[in-house]
Amino acid sequence: MLEVLFHGRGGQGAVTAANLLVAAALKDGHRGVQAFPLFGSERRGAPVKAFARISDTDVDLRSQIYNPDIVVVVDPGLLQLVDVTAGLKAESVLILNTTHPPGDFEFSKQFRVATVDAAAIAISHKLLVGGIPIINTPILGAIPRVTELVSIESVENAIKDQWKGEAGERNAHAAREAYEKTEVNR
Amino acid sequence: MSKRVVLEASHAVAEAVRMADVDIVAAYPITPQTHIPERLAEMVADGDLDAAYVPVESEHSAMSCVLGSAAVGARSFTTTASQGLVLMHEALYIASSHRYPIVMAICNRALSAPINIWCDHSDVMACRDTGWIQVFCQNNQESFDMTLWAFRVGEDPDVMFPVMVNLDGFILSHVTEPLILPDQDDVSRFIPEYHYRLALDPAKPTSHGCFGLPDIYTEVKYSQELALRKSRSVIDKGWKEFSNIFGREYKAVETYKAEGASTLLVTMGSLGETAKMVIDERRANGEAVGHLNLRLWRPFPFDEFRDAVKDVKTLAVLDRCYSFGGPGGPVASELRSALYNQETRPHVVGFIGGIGGREVDAQAFGYMIDRANEITEKGSDDLYEPLLVRGLESGTGVRG
Repeated sequence: MLEVLFHGRGGQGAVTAANLLVAAALKDGHRGVQAFPLFGSERRGAPVKAFARISDTDVDLRSQIYNPDIVVVVDPGLLQLVDVTAGLKAESVLILNTTHPPGDFEFSKQFRVATVDAAAIAISHKLLVGGIPIINTPILGAIPRVTELVSIESVENAIKDQWKGEAGERNAHAAREAYEKTEVNR
Repeated sequence: MSKRVVLEASHAVAEAVRMADVDIVAAYPITPQTHIPERLAEMVADGDLDAAYVPVESEHSAMSCVLGSAAVGARSFTTTASQGLVLMHEALYIASSHRYPIVMAICNRALSAPINIWCDHSDVMACRDTGWIQVFCQNNQESFDMTLWAFRVGEDPDVMFPVMVNLDGFILSHVTEPLILPDQDDVSRFIPEYHYRLALDPAKPTSHGCFGLPDIYTEVKYSQELALRKSRSVIDKGWKEFSNIFGREYKAVETYKAEGASTLLVTMGSLGETAKMVIDERRANGEAVGHLNLRLWRPFPFDEFRDAVKDVKTLAVLDRCYSFGGPGGPVASELRSALYNQETRPHVVGFIGGIGGREVDAQAFGYMIDRANEITEKGSDDLYEPLLVRGLESGTGVRG
């Protein structure tokens, strides 16, 4: 079973990202998928976690994810607030939305780190709400770069199912661009 | 054609309400139920559901509104959680006493204070005696299925009671997972058109909400009690019909690996799936343990429950609600009461945990099994044991 933990802030779409990831995983033939959020007191801007499980058998476990295989940090500001390496296994991967390459992060010595400037990609594809870039769909594109369980084609299709027409196309293109531009340290 | 999709449980409930072709939805949004009314409002606005959507100003108004719509024979749905449900409280009794088959989805959440938006069962347990049929769900598929079933059973001429469909707040309401959505023709076959014989109609006047003097009130309440108990046969028939059409089987009391078990874990709601994982591990180690899921809470399934536990030594029961100053959690207390007059009966060991969103993980279930077995063997004067309380040594019980 693959367990993915998203760190974001309320309103950034981390929860939607987890939902889209499992919709993509279902398209790739994984029978057991599950996505759910963990809110603090609900407010825009507060740290939020979202979880996704992907398995080839039904997922019955309903607890939070404490030892993730993949950690996705949607908001780089959270790196100062949250220990994003908590509970990681030796083979776990961190995916960061950042302008920096993987080697700039101390924990890249210990863990696989993938980086992508998802905010810049969001801006270039006009994925903005109230002037703020919406990075959840571009950062999803980085996930197929670090696991074979979910394909970029399914991520694009899940996005296009969620938003019909031009909006879906723009979000899917952003995911594809992030997929191509993601840097992985090893 | 039925299809397998991924949907959030809240959206699955909304989809079931749409497929049931309700006439009216009246609801007030409250965390964690918000996504249900939100999606239904969208469906009505987009023309996907031909119903009135009434954005009322409180939960008390939501229940009052569907009381009115049910009185004229409209298929009526509402949904709430926590403080919203307790605000509805006085009107809940009117729904069951008037025999209005309103369907209500409850995304179970803790009660204030302190304010807490996460899951436990305090909200619905406060409504235990309101006379509604009450059913619990373990996953998204069941949340969808029980919502459909609630319309079929509640509106049956031999039932005519409102139904609460309980799904755990966040743990289910906000979970996205796969489920099978049925074909509309099958749903329409399962839930026939609803005709209310006593609908308010100026052309054929009836009175609803009459005064009940002492010379009739006793008889009215007794007949209501008999009718709710009698609804058991239709409740089961509803599940049988459901299985014939959709292929998924449900029962009032469901057991898992209970064959030959000496200890059963008892849960209601979404924790049943985690409990079953623990049972799988223990069974693999050769331990005689199983799981009992209490799906139907009201009317209580006495016969099935007694039959399911007749050869069992120990019941380890998880309650997600306090009964302050009482005999333990409401579920464990009722199970004990259901067994008291039986000649042979298992030892009922109650635990209260999973309060206000505190996780009950596999390890906690493992502890419950071991501790309950120990208490059966050695005895205990405790009423129950609080689970996962920080700073409290495990094995510390609460005495009367």
